[in-house]
Amino acid sequence: MIELENVTKNFGDFPAVTDISFRVEPGEVLGFLGPNGAGKTTTMKIITGYMPPSSGRVTVAGFDVVSESLTARRHIGYLPETVPLYTDMTVEEYLGFMGTIRGMPRDRIRSRIGDVIDVCRLEEYQSSHISKLSKGFRQRVGIAQAILHEPDVLILDEPTIGIDPIQVVETRQLIKNLAGDHTVIVSTHILPEVSMLCQRVIIIHEGEIVAVDAPENLSTRLRGSERIELEMRAPRDEATRIIESLEDVTGVTAVSPREAEVLSIYVDAVAGSDTRAELASTVVSRGWDLLTLRSTGMTLEEIFLNLTMSEDLETA
Amino acid sequence: MKNTAAIAWKETKSYFTTPIAYIVSSMFLVLTGIFFVNDITAPFAEASVRGFINWASFFTLFLAPLLTMRLLSEEQKLGTLELLLTAPVRDWEVVVGKYLSALALYVVIMALTLYYVVLLYWFGDPDGGPIYSAYLGVFLHGAAALAVGLMASSLTGNQIVSAAVGTAVLLTLSFIDEVADLVSGVTQNVLLGFSMNNHLLDFRRGIIDTSSVAFYLSIAAVFLFLTVRFLETRRWR
Repeated sequence: MIELENVTKNFGDFPAVTDISFRVEPGEVLGFLGPNGAGKTTTMKIITGYMPPSSGRVTVAGFDVVSESLTARRHIGYLPETVPLYTDMTVEEYLGFMGTIRGMPRDRIRSRIGDVIDVCRLEEYQSSHISKLSKGFRQRVGIAQAILHEPDVLILDEPTIGIDPIQVVETRQLIKNLAGDHTVIVSTHILPEVSMLCQRVIIIHEGEIVAVDAPENLSTRLRGSERIELEMRAPRDEATRIIESLEDVTGVTAVSPREAEVLSIYVDAVAGSDTRAELASTVVSRGWDLLTLRSTGMTLEEIFLNLTMSEDLETA
Repeated sequence: MKNTAAIAWKETKSYFTTPIAYIVSSMFLVLTGIFFVNDITAPFAEASVRGFINWASFFTLFLAPLLTMRLLSEEQKLGTLELLLTAPVRDWEVVVGKYLSALALYVVIMALTLYYVVLLYWFGDPDGGPIYSAYLGVFLHGAAALAVGLMASSLTGNQIVSAAVGTAVLLTLSFIDEVADLVSGVTQNVLLGFSMNNHLLDFRRGIIDTSSVAFYLSIAAVFLFLTVRFLETRRWR
Protein backbone atom coordinates (compact mmCIF):
# COMPACT_ATOMS: atom_id res chain seq x y z
CA MET A 1 0.00 0.00 0.00
CA ILE A 2 2.89 2.30 0.85
CA GLU A 3 6.30 1.78 -0.62
CA LEU A 4 9.49 3.78 -0.09
CA GLU A 5 12.55 3.09 -2.21
CA ASN A 6 15.90 4.60 -1.23
CA VAL A 7 14.35 7.83 -0.03
CA THR A 8 16.79 10.56 0.93
CA LYS A 9 16.00 14.09 2.01
CA ASN A 10 18.58 16.78 2.61
CA PHE A 11 17.95 20.24 3.98
CA GLY A 12 20.90 22.07 2.51
CA ASP A 13 23.88 20.07 3.70
CA PHE A 14 21.98 18.46 6.52
CA PRO A 15 20.76 14.94 5.77
CA ALA A 16 17.37 14.63 7.48
CA VAL A 17 16.62 11.19 6.06
CA THR A 18 19.15 8.91 4.42
CA ASP A 19 18.34 6.05 2.05
CA ILE A 20 15.16 4.75 3.66
CA SER A 21 13.28 1.85 2.08
CA PHE A 22 10.27 -0.02 3.45
CA ARG A 23 6.84 -1.32 2.53
CA VAL A 24 3.56 -1.24 4.40
CA GLU A 25 0.97 -3.87 3.50
CA PRO A 26 -2.75 -3.10 3.28
CA GLY A 27 -4.44 -3.07 6.68
CA GLU A 28 -1.18 -3.03 8.56
CA VAL A 29 -0.42 -0.68 11.44
CA LEU A 30 3.19 0.39 11.28
CA GLY A 31 4.89 2.15 14.15
CA PHE A 32 7.52 4.72 13.49
CA LEU A 33 9.69 4.92 16.53
CA GLY A 34 12.61 7.19 17.16
CA PRO A 35 13.90 9.95 19.38
CA ASN A 36 12.96 13.56 18.61
CA GLY A 37 14.67 14.81 15.48
CA ALA A 38 15.25 11.32 14.10
CA GLY A 39 13.50 12.06 10.80
CA LYS A 40 10.03 10.66 11.53
CA THR A 41 8.16 13.82 10.64
CA THR A 42 10.25 14.43 7.53
CA THR A 43 9.54 10.92 6.29
CA MET A 44 5.82 11.42 6.89
CA LYS A 45 5.83 14.74 5.07
CA ILE A 46 7.45 12.99 2.12
CA ILE A 47 4.85 10.20 2.11
CA THR A 48 1.96 12.68 2.20
CA GLY A 49 3.45 14.55 -0.75
CA TYR A 50 3.99 17.76 1.21
CA MET A 51 7.71 17.61 0.56
CA PRO A 52 9.39 15.98 -2.40
CA PRO A 53 12.30 13.69 -1.50
CA SER A 54 15.79 14.74 -2.62
CA SER A 55 16.10 11.34 -4.23
CA GLY A 56 14.26 8.03 -4.19
CA ARG A 57 10.66 7.11 -4.88
CA VAL A 58 7.51 6.88 -2.79
CA THR A 59 4.27 5.29 -3.92
CA VAL A 60 0.96 5.28 -2.08
CA ALA A 61 -1.71 2.85 -3.34
CA GLY A 62 0.45 2.44 -6.45
CA PHE A 63 0.68 6.16 -7.25
CA ASP A 64 3.92 8.09 -7.15
CA VAL A 65 3.57 10.90 -4.61
CA VAL A 66 5.57 13.31 -6.77
CA SER A 67 4.52 12.62 -10.36
CA GLU A 68 0.96 11.47 -9.59
CA SER A 69 0.64 13.61 -6.51
CA LEU A 70 -3.04 14.54 -6.76
CA THR A 71 -4.22 10.94 -7.17
CA ALA A 72 -1.93 9.73 -4.42
CA ARG A 73 -3.18 12.45 -2.07
CA ARG A 74 -6.78 11.26 -2.49
CA HIS A 75 -5.78 8.01 -0.78
CA ILE A 76 -4.19 9.68 2.24
CA GLY A 77 -5.56 11.03 5.48
CA TYR A 78 -2.98 13.01 7.39
CA LEU A 79 -2.70 14.37 10.91
CA PRO A 80 0.41 16.53 11.29
CA GLU A 81 2.08 16.74 14.67
CA THR A 82 0.90 20.32 15.26
CA VAL A 83 -2.79 19.45 14.59
CA PRO A 84 -3.43 22.43 12.33
CA LEU A 85 -7.06 23.62 12.45
CA TYR A 86 -8.85 26.78 11.37
CA THR A 87 -9.65 28.12 14.80
CA ASP A 88 -12.30 30.58 13.61
CA MET A 89 -14.49 27.76 12.25
CA THR A 90 -16.86 25.44 14.05
CA VAL A 91 -16.08 21.72 14.06
CA GLU A 92 -18.82 21.08 11.50
CA GLU A 93 -17.74 23.91 9.19
CA TYR A 94 -14.15 22.75 9.35
CA LEU A 95 -14.99 19.15 8.50
CA GLY A 96 -17.27 20.37 5.71
CA PHE A 97 -14.47 22.43 4.21
CA MET A 98 -11.95 19.58 4.43
CA GLY A 99 -14.46 17.28 2.74
CA THR A 100 -15.07 19.73 -0.09
CA ILE A 101 -11.41 20.27 -0.94
CA ARG A 102 -10.98 16.51 -0.96
CA GLY A 103 -13.58 16.38 -3.68
CA MET A 104 -16.31 14.58 -1.73
CA PRO A 105 -19.89 15.03 -2.95
CA ARG A 106 -22.06 17.14 -0.68
CA ASP A 107 -24.43 14.44 0.62
CA ARG A 108 -21.54 12.12 1.34
CA ILE A 109 -19.82 14.87 3.32
CA ARG A 110 -22.98 15.29 5.36
CA SER A 111 -23.32 11.61 6.20
CA ARG A 112 -19.59 11.18 6.84
CA ILE A 113 -19.46 14.18 9.19
CA GLY A 114 -22.12 12.41 11.24
CA ASP A 115 -20.04 9.23 11.21
CA VAL A 116 -16.72 10.77 12.23
CA ILE A 117 -18.30 12.93 14.91
CA ASP A 118 -19.69 9.71 16.26
CA VAL A 119 -16.41 7.78 16.00
CA CYS A 120 -14.35 10.58 17.53
CA ARG A 121 -17.06 11.35 20.10
CA LEU A 122 -17.40 15.02 19.31
CA GLU A 123 -21.21 15.20 19.52
CA GLU A 124 -21.30 17.89 22.18
CA TYR A 125 -18.87 20.10 20.33
CA GLN A 126 -19.95 19.88 16.71
CA SER A 127 -21.21 23.47 16.67
CA SER A 128 -18.46 24.91 18.89
CA HIS A 129 -15.72 27.09 17.55
CA ILE A 130 -12.46 25.18 17.36
CA SER A 131 -10.70 27.99 19.25
CA LYS A 132 -12.82 27.06 22.29
CA LEU A 133 -11.79 23.38 22.32
CA SER A 134 -9.15 21.86 24.59
CA LYS A 135 -6.04 20.23 23.18
CA GLY A 136 -7.49 16.75 23.48
CA PHE A 137 -10.65 17.62 21.59
CA ARG A 138 -8.65 19.42 18.92
CA GLN A 139 -6.69 16.21 18.53
CA ARG A 140 -9.97 14.38 17.93
CA VAL A 141 -11.05 16.94 15.36
CA GLY A 142 -7.66 16.39 13.70
CA ILE A 143 -8.26 12.66 13.56
CA ALA A 144 -11.83 13.25 12.36
CA GLN A 145 -10.65 15.25 9.36
CA ALA A 146 -8.01 12.62 8.58
CA ILE A 147 -10.56 9.78 8.35
CA LEU A 148 -13.41 11.87 6.90
CA HIS A 149 -12.87 10.81 3.28
CA GLU A 150 -12.29 7.15 4.22
CA PRO A 151 -8.71 7.12 2.96
CA ASP A 152 -6.83 3.86 2.40
CA VAL A 153 -3.82 5.26 4.19
CA LEU A 154 -3.67 7.14 7.47
CA ILE A 155 -0.56 9.04 8.48
CA LEU A 156 -0.62 10.11 12.12
CA ASP A 157 2.32 12.11 13.40
CA GLU A 158 2.67 11.81 17.18
CA PRO A 159 -1.09 11.63 17.76
CA THR A 160 -0.82 11.29 21.54
CA ILE A 161 1.66 14.05 22.27
CA GLY A 162 0.67 16.81 24.65
CA ILE A 163 -2.72 15.53 25.74
CA ASP A 164 -3.71 14.31 29.18
CA PRO A 165 -3.30 10.63 30.14
CA ILE A 166 -7.01 9.73 29.91
CA GLN A 167 -7.23 11.23 26.46
CA VAL A 168 -4.05 9.38 25.50
CA VAL A 169 -5.74 6.09 26.33
CA GLU A 170 -8.85 7.12 24.38
CA THR A 171 -6.85 8.23 21.37
CA ARG A 172 -4.92 4.96 21.33
CA GLN A 173 -8.18 3.05 21.47
CA LEU A 174 -9.51 5.14 18.61
CA ILE A 175 -6.46 4.38 16.47
CA LYS A 176 -6.76 0.71 17.33
CA ASN A 177 -10.36 0.71 16.10
CA LEU A 178 -9.31 2.34 12.83
CA ALA A 179 -6.83 -0.42 12.04
CA GLY A 180 -8.08 -2.98 9.57
CA ASP A 181 -10.07 -0.55 7.44
CA HIS A 182 -7.04 1.63 7.00
CA THR A 183 -3.34 1.16 6.49
CA VAL A 184 -1.84 3.22 9.28
CA ILE A 185 1.56 4.73 9.92
CA VAL A 186 1.79 6.19 13.38
CA SER A 187 4.88 7.90 14.67
CA THR A 188 5.81 8.13 18.29
CA HIS A 189 8.79 8.39 20.55
CA ILE A 190 7.04 6.41 23.23
CA LEU A 191 8.06 2.76 23.37
CA PRO A 192 5.04 1.09 25.01
CA GLU A 193 2.67 2.86 22.63
CA VAL A 194 4.16 0.94 19.73
CA SER A 195 3.66 -2.47 21.26
CA MET A 196 0.08 -1.45 22.06
CA LEU A 197 -0.84 -0.32 18.57
CA CYS A 198 1.42 -1.76 15.94
CA GLN A 199 2.07 -5.04 14.21
CA ARG A 200 5.44 -3.86 13.01
CA VAL A 201 7.90 -1.24 14.09
CA ILE A 202 10.52 0.74 12.28
CA ILE A 203 13.11 2.31 14.50
CA ILE A 204 14.64 5.34 12.95
CA HIS A 205 17.63 7.19 14.28
CA GLU A 206 19.52 10.13 12.78
CA GLY A 207 17.63 9.71 9.55
CA GLU A 208 18.38 6.03 9.07
CA ILE A 209 16.42 2.88 9.72
CA VAL A 210 18.18 0.93 12.44
CA ALA A 211 15.65 -1.87 12.88
CA VAL A 212 12.44 -3.21 11.40
CA ASP A 213 10.55 -5.91 13.22
CA ALA A 214 7.48 -6.94 15.15
CA PRO A 215 7.47 -5.32 18.60
CA GLU A 216 7.86 -8.68 20.40
CA ASN A 217 10.84 -9.72 18.25
CA LEU A 218 12.48 -6.43 18.92
CA SER A 219 12.52 -7.01 22.63
CA THR A 220 14.17 -10.40 22.04
CA ARG A 221 16.75 -8.80 19.86
CA LEU A 222 17.20 -6.25 22.54
CA ARG A 223 19.49 -8.51 24.50
CA GLY A 224 21.51 -7.48 21.51
CA SER A 225 25.07 -6.59 21.11
CA GLU A 226 27.38 -3.69 20.65
CA ARG A 227 29.19 -3.07 17.45
CA ILE A 228 32.81 -2.04 17.01
CA GLU A 229 34.36 -0.79 13.82
CA LEU A 230 37.85 -2.11 13.21
CA GLU A 231 40.32 -1.24 10.46
CA MET A 232 43.69 -2.90 10.10
CA ARG A 233 46.25 -4.26 7.71
CA ALA A 234 45.89 -8.00 8.13
CA PRO A 235 45.25 -11.17 6.17
CA ARG A 236 41.49 -11.24 5.80
CA ASP A 237 40.54 -14.83 6.53
CA GLU A 238 42.99 -15.37 9.34
CA ALA A 239 42.05 -12.10 11.06
CA THR A 240 38.30 -12.72 10.96
CA ARG A 241 38.78 -16.27 12.24
CA ILE A 242 40.92 -15.20 15.17
CA ILE A 243 38.70 -12.29 16.16
CA GLU A 244 35.60 -14.47 15.93
CA SER A 245 37.16 -16.89 18.38
CA LEU A 246 37.51 -14.20 21.07
CA GLU A 247 35.32 -14.79 24.10
CA ASP A 248 32.75 -11.97 24.00
CA VAL A 249 32.57 -11.66 20.21
CA THR A 250 29.30 -12.85 18.70
CA GLY A 251 29.94 -12.08 15.06
CA VAL A 252 32.28 -10.52 12.53
CA THR A 253 31.19 -8.79 9.31
CA ALA A 254 33.77 -7.79 6.74
CA VAL A 255 32.93 -4.48 5.12
CA SER A 256 35.89 -3.86 2.79
CA PRO A 257 36.09 -5.70 -0.53
CA ARG A 258 38.16 -8.88 -0.64
CA GLU A 259 41.04 -7.37 -2.62
CA ALA A 260 41.32 -4.18 -0.53
CA GLU A 261 44.62 -3.48 1.15
CA VAL A 262 43.01 -2.33 4.39
CA LEU A 263 40.69 -4.78 6.06
CA SER A 264 37.67 -3.15 7.57
CA ILE A 265 35.28 -5.18 9.72
CA TYR A 266 32.39 -4.79 12.13
CA VAL A 267 32.76 -6.77 15.30
CA ASP A 268 29.58 -7.56 17.21
CA ALA A 269 30.13 -8.27 20.86
CA VAL A 270 27.95 -9.07 23.85
CA ALA A 271 26.36 -5.87 25.13
CA GLY A 272 28.13 -4.32 28.07
CA SER A 273 31.42 -6.17 27.54
CA ASP A 274 33.91 -3.60 26.38
CA THR A 275 36.04 -5.71 24.06
CA ARG A 276 38.02 -2.84 22.61
CA ALA A 277 41.09 -3.37 24.77
CA GLU A 278 41.11 -7.07 24.03
CA LEU A 279 40.71 -6.48 20.31
CA ALA A 280 43.57 -3.98 20.30
CA SER A 281 45.98 -6.28 22.07
CA THR A 282 45.01 -9.21 19.83
CA VAL A 283 45.66 -7.23 16.68
CA VAL A 284 48.93 -5.80 17.92
CA SER A 285 50.27 -9.10 19.27
CA ARG A 286 49.74 -10.66 15.82
CA GLY A 287 51.92 -7.92 14.34
CA TRP A 288 49.07 -6.40 12.28
CA ASP A 289 48.77 -2.63 11.84
CA LEU A 290 45.81 -1.29 13.82
CA LEU A 291 44.32 1.69 11.98
CA THR A 292 40.90 2.33 13.52
CA LEU A 293 39.10 0.99 16.53
CA ARG A 294 35.89 2.53 17.76
CA SER A 295 32.39 1.64 18.80
CA THR A 296 29.86 2.78 16.24
CA GLY A 297 27.29 5.28 17.38
CA MET A 298 24.24 4.12 19.24
CA THR A 299 23.34 0.50 19.46
CA LEU A 300 19.77 -0.57 19.22
CA GLU A 301 19.73 -0.91 22.94
CA GLU A 302 20.98 2.58 23.55
CA ILE A 303 18.31 3.98 21.26
CA PHE A 304 15.69 1.97 23.09
CA LEU A 305 17.08 3.17 26.36
CA ASN A 306 16.82 6.72 25.14
CA LEU A 307 13.23 6.17 24.13
CA THR A 308 12.24 4.52 27.37
CA MET A 309 13.91 7.29 29.30
CA SER A 310 11.96 9.99 27.50
CA GLU A 311 8.77 8.06 28.26
CA ASP A 312 9.71 7.94 31.94
CA LEU A 313 10.34 11.65 31.96
CA GLU A 314 6.97 12.30 30.40
CA THR A 315 5.01 10.13 32.79
CA ALA A 316 6.99 11.38 35.78
CA MET B 1 -12.56 24.78 -10.34
CA LYS B 2 -14.67 23.31 -7.55
CA ASN B 3 -11.68 23.52 -5.23
CA THR B 4 -11.06 27.12 -6.16
CA ALA B 5 -14.69 27.93 -5.42
CA ALA B 6 -14.55 26.08 -2.09
CA ILE B 7 -11.46 27.99 -0.99
CA ALA B 8 -12.84 31.33 -2.24
CA TRP B 9 -16.09 30.70 -0.34
CA LYS B 10 -14.27 29.78 2.86
CA GLU B 11 -12.14 32.93 2.71
CA THR B 12 -15.12 35.13 1.94
CA LYS B 13 -16.98 33.79 4.96
CA SER B 14 -13.86 34.31 7.00
CA TYR B 15 -13.66 37.98 5.92
CA PHE B 16 -17.10 38.60 7.31
CA THR B 17 -16.56 36.72 10.58
CA THR B 18 -13.39 38.66 11.43
CA PRO B 19 -13.42 42.41 12.08
CA ILE B 20 -10.59 43.26 9.68
CA ALA B 21 -12.80 43.63 6.59
CA TYR B 22 -15.22 45.93 8.39
CA ILE B 23 -12.47 48.08 9.87
CA VAL B 24 -10.47 48.42 6.68
CA SER B 25 -13.45 49.09 4.45
CA SER B 26 -15.05 51.65 6.75
CA MET B 27 -11.71 53.47 7.05
CA PHE B 28 -11.46 53.47 3.28
CA LEU B 29 -14.96 54.83 2.87
CA VAL B 30 -14.49 57.57 5.48
CA LEU B 31 -11.22 58.76 3.96
CA THR B 32 -12.37 58.73 0.34
CA GLY B 33 -15.65 60.33 1.47
CA ILE B 34 -13.78 63.26 3.05
CA PHE B 35 -11.84 63.87 -0.13
CA PHE B 36 -14.95 63.53 -2.26
CA VAL B 37 -16.75 66.19 -0.20
CA ASN B 38 -13.67 68.43 -0.33
CA ASP B 39 -13.63 68.10 -4.10
CA ILE B 40 -17.23 68.91 -4.84
CA THR B 41 -17.48 71.76 -2.35
CA ALA B 42 -14.38 73.54 -3.67
CA PRO B 43 -14.89 76.70 -5.75
CA PHE B 44 -15.54 75.93 -9.42
CA ALA B 45 -16.14 72.28 -8.54
CA GLU B 46 -16.96 69.93 -11.36
CA ALA B 47 -19.31 66.99 -11.23
CA SER B 48 -16.68 64.29 -11.69
CA VAL B 49 -15.06 61.52 -9.66
CA ARG B 50 -11.57 62.50 -10.76
CA GLY B 51 -10.36 63.69 -7.35
CA PHE B 52 -12.01 60.82 -5.55
CA ILE B 53 -10.42 58.29 -7.91
CA ASN B 54 -6.98 59.77 -7.26
CA TRP B 55 -7.32 59.23 -3.55
CA ALA B 56 -9.05 55.87 -3.88
CA SER B 57 -6.17 54.47 -5.92
CA PHE B 58 -3.70 55.90 -3.41
CA PHE B 59 -5.49 54.37 -0.41
CA THR B 60 -5.76 51.08 -2.28
CA LEU B 61 -1.97 50.75 -1.93
CA PHE B 62 -2.57 50.36 1.82
CA LEU B 63 -5.98 48.74 1.67
CA ALA B 64 -4.99 45.84 -0.61
CA PRO B 65 -2.16 44.45 1.57
CA LEU B 66 -4.39 44.74 4.63
CA LEU B 67 -7.06 42.67 2.91
CA THR B 68 -4.64 40.00 1.66
CA MET B 69 -2.17 39.81 4.56
CA ARG B 70 -4.13 37.09 6.35
CA LEU B 71 -4.81 34.88 3.34
CA LEU B 72 -1.60 32.86 3.19
CA SER B 73 0.29 34.12 6.25
CA GLU B 74 -2.27 32.71 8.65
CA GLU B 75 -2.23 29.32 6.94
CA GLN B 76 1.52 29.22 7.46
CA LYS B 77 1.28 30.33 11.05
CA LEU B 78 -1.44 27.83 11.99
CA GLY B 79 0.23 25.09 9.95
CA THR B 80 -3.00 24.51 8.04
CA LEU B 81 -1.10 25.14 4.82
CA GLU B 82 0.35 21.65 5.25
CA LEU B 83 -3.13 20.11 5.23
CA LEU B 84 -4.23 22.29 2.35
CA LEU B 85 -1.21 21.34 0.26
CA THR B 86 -1.58 17.63 1.04
CA ALA B 87 -5.26 17.67 0.06
CA PRO B 88 -5.90 16.82 -3.59
CA VAL B 89 -5.83 20.51 -4.53
CA ARG B 90 -3.40 22.15 -6.94
CA ASP B 91 -1.28 24.99 -5.59
CA TRP B 92 -2.71 27.45 -8.12
CA GLU B 93 -6.25 26.53 -7.10
CA VAL B 94 -5.40 27.61 -3.56
CA VAL B 95 -3.88 30.88 -4.76
CA VAL B 96 -6.66 31.74 -7.20
CA GLY B 97 -9.37 30.87 -4.68
CA LYS B 98 -7.86 33.18 -2.09
CA TYR B 99 -7.30 35.90 -4.67
CA LEU B 100 -10.90 35.78 -5.88
CA SER B 101 -12.28 36.20 -2.38
CA ALA B 102 -10.11 39.30 -1.84
CA LEU B 103 -11.13 40.64 -5.23
CA ALA B 104 -14.80 40.09 -4.43
CA LEU B 105 -14.47 42.04 -1.19
CA TYR B 106 -12.65 44.82 -3.03
CA VAL B 107 -15.47 45.02 -5.57
CA VAL B 108 -18.00 45.25 -2.74
CA ILE B 109 -16.08 48.11 -1.13
CA MET B 110 -15.83 49.92 -4.46
CA ALA B 111 -19.50 49.33 -5.13
CA LEU B 112 -20.29 51.14 -1.89
CA THR B 113 -18.58 54.24 -3.26
CA LEU B 114 -21.05 54.30 -6.18
CA TYR B 115 -23.16 56.26 -3.71
CA TYR B 116 -20.97 59.27 -4.60
CA VAL B 117 -21.83 58.80 -8.25
CA VAL B 118 -25.52 58.69 -7.40
CA LEU B 119 -25.07 62.03 -5.58
CA LEU B 120 -23.35 63.52 -8.62
CA TYR B 121 -26.26 62.54 -10.86
CA TRP B 122 -28.77 63.77 -8.29
CA PHE B 123 -27.29 67.25 -7.87
CA GLY B 124 -25.36 67.74 -11.06
CA ASP B 125 -25.00 66.71 -14.63
CA PRO B 126 -21.79 64.68 -14.80
CA ASP B 127 -20.23 63.28 -17.94
CA GLY B 128 -20.81 59.51 -17.74
CA GLY B 129 -17.87 58.29 -19.83
CA PRO B 130 -14.98 59.31 -17.55
CA ILE B 131 -16.84 57.95 -14.54
CA TYR B 132 -17.23 54.49 -16.02
CA SER B 133 -13.67 54.39 -17.34
CA ALA B 134 -12.37 55.64 -13.98
CA TYR B 135 -14.17 52.85 -12.16
CA LEU B 136 -12.79 50.31 -14.63
CA GLY B 137 -9.33 51.75 -13.99
CA VAL B 138 -9.73 51.55 -10.23
CA PHE B 139 -10.95 47.97 -10.50
CA LEU B 140 -7.95 46.92 -12.62
CA HIS B 141 -5.57 48.86 -10.38
CA GLY B 142 -7.03 47.12 -7.32
CA ALA B 143 -6.87 43.72 -9.01
CA ALA B 144 -3.14 44.24 -9.59
CA ALA B 145 -2.59 45.55 -6.04
CA LEU B 146 -4.34 42.56 -4.47
CA ALA B 147 -2.10 40.14 -6.41
CA VAL B 148 0.96 41.98 -5.06
CA GLY B 149 -0.48 41.76 -1.54
CA LEU B 150 -1.20 38.05 -1.88
CA MET B 151 2.36 37.46 -3.05
CA ALA B 152 3.62 39.25 0.07
CA SER B 153 1.48 37.05 2.29
CA SER B 154 2.93 33.88 0.73
CA LEU B 155 6.39 34.97 1.90
CA THR B 156 5.89 34.92 5.64
CA GLY B 157 3.82 33.58 8.49
CA ASN B 158 3.69 37.04 10.02
CA GLN B 159 0.73 39.14 8.88
CA ILE B 160 2.30 42.46 9.85
CA VAL B 161 5.43 41.70 7.85
CA SER B 162 3.26 40.58 4.96
CA ALA B 163 1.28 43.85 4.95
CA ALA B 164 4.47 45.91 5.20
CA VAL B 165 6.15 44.06 2.33
CA GLY B 166 3.03 44.34 0.18
CA THR B 167 2.71 48.08 0.79
CA ALA B 168 6.41 48.63 0.09
CA VAL B 169 6.23 46.81 -3.24
CA LEU B 170 3.06 48.68 -4.20
CA LEU B 171 4.46 52.09 -3.28
CA THR B 172 7.55 51.36 -5.36
CA LEU B 173 5.49 50.21 -8.33
CA SER B 174 3.23 53.26 -8.05
CA PHE B 175 5.68 56.07 -7.59
CA ILE B 176 8.35 54.82 -9.92
CA ASP B 177 7.06 57.53 -12.29
CA GLU B 178 8.44 60.19 -9.92
CA VAL B 179 11.86 58.68 -10.52
CA ALA B 180 11.14 58.75 -14.25
CA ASP B 181 11.02 62.57 -14.07
CA LEU B 182 14.67 62.59 -13.03
CA VAL B 183 15.94 60.66 -16.03
CA SER B 184 15.31 60.89 -19.75
CA GLY B 185 15.10 58.83 -22.92
CA VAL B 186 14.48 55.11 -22.90
CA THR B 187 14.99 54.77 -19.13
CA GLN B 188 12.26 57.31 -18.57
CA ASN B 189 9.86 55.48 -20.84
CA VAL B 190 10.58 52.13 -19.21
CA LEU B 191 10.04 53.56 -15.72
CA LEU B 192 6.82 55.25 -16.81
CA GLY B 193 5.72 52.01 -18.40
CA PHE B 194 6.11 50.19 -15.08
CA SER B 195 4.31 52.78 -13.00
CA MET B 196 0.94 51.73 -11.64
CA ASN B 197 0.09 55.42 -11.16
CA ASN B 198 0.94 56.46 -14.67
CA HIS B 199 -1.36 53.89 -16.25
CA LEU B 200 -4.28 55.23 -14.26
CA LEU B 201 -4.10 58.73 -15.83
CA ASP B 202 -5.91 57.81 -19.04
CA PHE B 203 -8.72 56.02 -17.26
CA ARG B 204 -9.43 59.19 -15.31
CA ARG B 205 -9.68 61.19 -18.50
CA GLY B 206 -12.21 58.77 -19.95
CA ILE B 207 -9.75 56.94 -22.19
CA ILE B 208 -9.58 53.15 -22.09
CA ASP B 209 -6.16 52.27 -23.41
CA THR B 210 -5.78 48.54 -24.08
CA SER B 211 -2.08 48.71 -23.21
CA SER B 212 -2.98 49.98 -19.74
CA VAL B 213 -5.61 47.28 -19.34
CA ALA B 214 -2.98 44.73 -20.38
CA PHE B 215 -0.50 46.28 -17.95
CA TYR B 216 -2.71 45.79 -14.90
CA LEU B 217 -3.74 42.31 -15.94
CA SER B 218 -0.08 41.40 -16.47
CA ILE B 219 0.89 42.71 -13.03
CA ALA B 220 -1.88 40.62 -11.51
CA ALA B 221 -0.86 37.52 -13.50
CA VAL B 222 2.86 37.88 -12.76
CA PHE B 223 2.33 38.31 -9.02
CA LEU B 224 -0.17 35.44 -8.83
CA PHE B 225 2.37 33.29 -10.64
CA LEU B 226 5.06 34.35 -8.16
CA THR B 227 2.68 33.50 -5.31
CA VAL B 228 2.25 29.96 -6.66
CA ARG B 229 6.01 29.59 -6.99
CA PHE B 230 6.68 30.89 -3.47
CA LEU B 231 4.08 28.48 -2.17
CA GLU B 232 5.91 25.67 -3.92
CA THR B 233 9.20 26.64 -2.31
CA ARG B 234 7.45 26.32 1.09
CA ARG B 235 7.43 22.61 0.37
CA TRP B 236 11.18 22.46 0.18
CA ARG B 237 11.82 23.87 3.62
